[in-house]
Amino acid sequence: MTMVQTKPESPNTDADDQGADLRLAAITKRFGGFLAVDNLDLEIPAASFFALLGPSGCGKTTTLRMIAGLEQPTSGSMSIGGKDITGTSAHERPVNTVFQNYALFPHMSVLDNVAFGLKRRKIRDHQAKAKQALELVELGHLSARRPAQLSGGQQQRVALARAIVNEPALLLLDEPLGALDMKLRRQMQGELKRIQTDIGLTFVHVTHDQEEAMTMADTVAVMNQGQVEQLGAPRELYELPRTAFVANFLGKSNLVAGEIIEDRGDAVVISAGGNRLAVRKDRSTTHQGKALIGIRPEKLRMMWPADAPADGSNILRGRVLDSSFTGVSTEYLVEVAGIGPVGVFSQNHGQQLAAPGDDVVLTWDTAHAFGLDGDEDTQAGAREAEAAAT
Amino acid sequence: MSLLTAPRSAKAKPEETRSASEIRADKRRGRVGYLLILPGFIFMLLFFVLPVFSLLATSLYTKPPGADIGQFVPALQFSNYAAVLGSYWPELVRSFAFALIATVAALAIGYPMAYLVAVRLRGRKLLQGILLVLIIAPFFTSFILRTQAWKQILADEGPVVAVLRAMALLPEDGRLTATAFAVVCGLTYNFLPFMTLPIYANLERLDTRLIEAGGDLYANSFTTFRTVTLPLSMPGVIAGTLLTFIPASGDYINAALLGNNQNTTMIGQVIDSRFFRVVDYPGASALSFVLMLAILFLVILYVRRFGTKELL
Repeated sequence: MTMVQTKPESPNTDADDQGADLRLAAITKRFGGFLAVDNLDLEIPAASFFALLGPSGCGKTTTLRMIAGLEQPTSGSMSIGGKDITGTSAHERPVNTVFQNYALFPHMSVLDNVAFGLKRRKIRDHQAKAKQALELVELGHLSARRPAQLSGGQQQRVALARAIVNEPALLLLDEPLGALDMKLRRQMQGELKRIQTDIGLTFVHVTHDQEEAMTMADTVAVMNQGQVEQLGAPRELYELPRTAFVANFLGKSNLVAGEIIEDRGDAVVISAGGNRLAVRKDRSTTHQGKALIGIRPEKLRMMWPADAPADGSNILRGRVLDSSFTGVSTEYLVEVAGIGPVGVFSQNHGQQLAAPGDDVVLTWDTAHAFGLDGDEDTQAGAREAEAAAT
Repeated sequence: MSLLTAPRSAKAKPEETRSASEIRADKRRGRVGYLLILPGFIFMLLFFVLPVFSLLATSLYTKPPGADIGQFVPALQFSNYAAVLGSYWPELVRSFAFALIATVAALAIGYPMAYLVAVRLRGRKLLQGILLVLIIAPFFTSFILRTQAWKQILADEGPVVAVLRAMALLPEDGRLTATAFAVVCGLTYNFLPFMTLPIYANLERLDTRLIEAGGDLYANSFTTFRTVTLPLSMPGVIAGTLLTFIPASGDYINAALLGNNQNTTMIGQVIDSRFFRVVDYPGASALSFVLMLAILFLVILYVRRFGTKELL
């Protein structure tokens, strides 16, 4: 196969196009005075399912549109499989998008919609290939319909088929499930993941739904204010957030501000409101001075004062302010003197539940705590997470 | 890379069922609809349907021997049609030719204008508003005055002719007034807003994400225009071309003011002179009827070929 520049007719003539790495280098995008994307470096390995997660206005959609070629960066460069694509327009890139509201052509049949990209590239037997892609999303029987005659979920599948039929180097998904109801969304999440695994395409998925990002993606980049806050596997991000924003936006966290008062060698002890809270050094971004200690609500063990260890680290005494029973678990809000309200997520093992007003003791494994820089805002990302959930 | 995997079953949504109360509400809405349409219906009956029949009847009248000018008696003289068609078919053909050229020209000018305002300037409300007012502004002056103004602009002593002569694009004794060119220019100009506004109204609703989708699917801007934008704006184009072609083919002001009396005469002028100067009511009526039928025939052909289900 000869090395050919990417052209609309032949986006896939390059062997390394398929499953090629995407590289963004120092990408900045300004809209007038607004800095949408700020000096972003990103590398998306081939055949991965990559999620850009963040609240609205964090720059994730702008990043996606720049990868698609629908926006040009103010500065910086990007390449696919080592080939520079900066400045090329959308139709010249081996990239396809599943648009947020699908953007299906209303005047064409479902089949013609799917065959559109193939026809533009003068692919032979485009009708047969389009039909095959429709079978893949289980809509072969509706190929003669117009998009308006389909349900939202079906339109979503057509949009997916229309993109993957081109076998692009990168498939971009712009909040593709946002318009679907919860049940259908869960179903489509599984299906998207299955299709991605089956055909081995690189998926770049933009979403504000952290659960969606975590279920589907191998790698999640949490974006905030035009920058990547943290990037990694979902589990890694969840268990060891490196910024307060990630700790609060991705799941819930109790963040407590304090001062590091003791170095135990492999761990440091933080004093907060007269309590001694330990955190492992390799799980903390700071080892001296002011620090935040973070604990996920489900990592806290709640016990009765009688059962609690007498003294030591990682013990918080408090009083239940509020509890809400959800069946599989109970969510408590416990007021701890000197610290304030702490959220606890207690799984239903059939134990006796605490009621508001009860005195309780909270403990946890040191291995579950994480330490953050002391000058971070303990509430960073919490409001955004709430807005994204609604 | 293969696109083949085992399909899973897609769940089909059950058909919506309508309750009895919904159907009752629909019927009530239907009655109110008929009531609201009544004034328009009466108006059309009095001022369109009845006159058409009167016109049809008049077109078959005959002039009894020895009658005065303008004196006719009811009859069924179908030869009136043969007579006017035999005499005036060149004017009829010319009218449609002029109207067709003017429509094509107006489309070529009006579509880009509409696209600029509706798509390119989307979101810039002030600029859009100003440009729309400019498109409609000619309507604030009377049709005849505007056409008269064109006569001045294209006059032998006018600047356009002077410049064209200086650039040798027009011979020394060449002129623009009293030519077919001037008539077509006048028609194009006068009906341009009728072309532009329906296309604007259509393009204004165009979802620009579809244009982005075209680009995303390997279509360059021209192909995206040809395969996405243009087909989606066809209802506007059809409406605009009809609103231009129909009145242009029956127009007589432009030909009268900007044309000459030999080779620019349009059918409207003939009907005008048959009615008011020659006082040949049956002939004028027959010509009017022929014009109406011919337009109807052409429009049906056109809409069948290019039209959408919404129009026919």
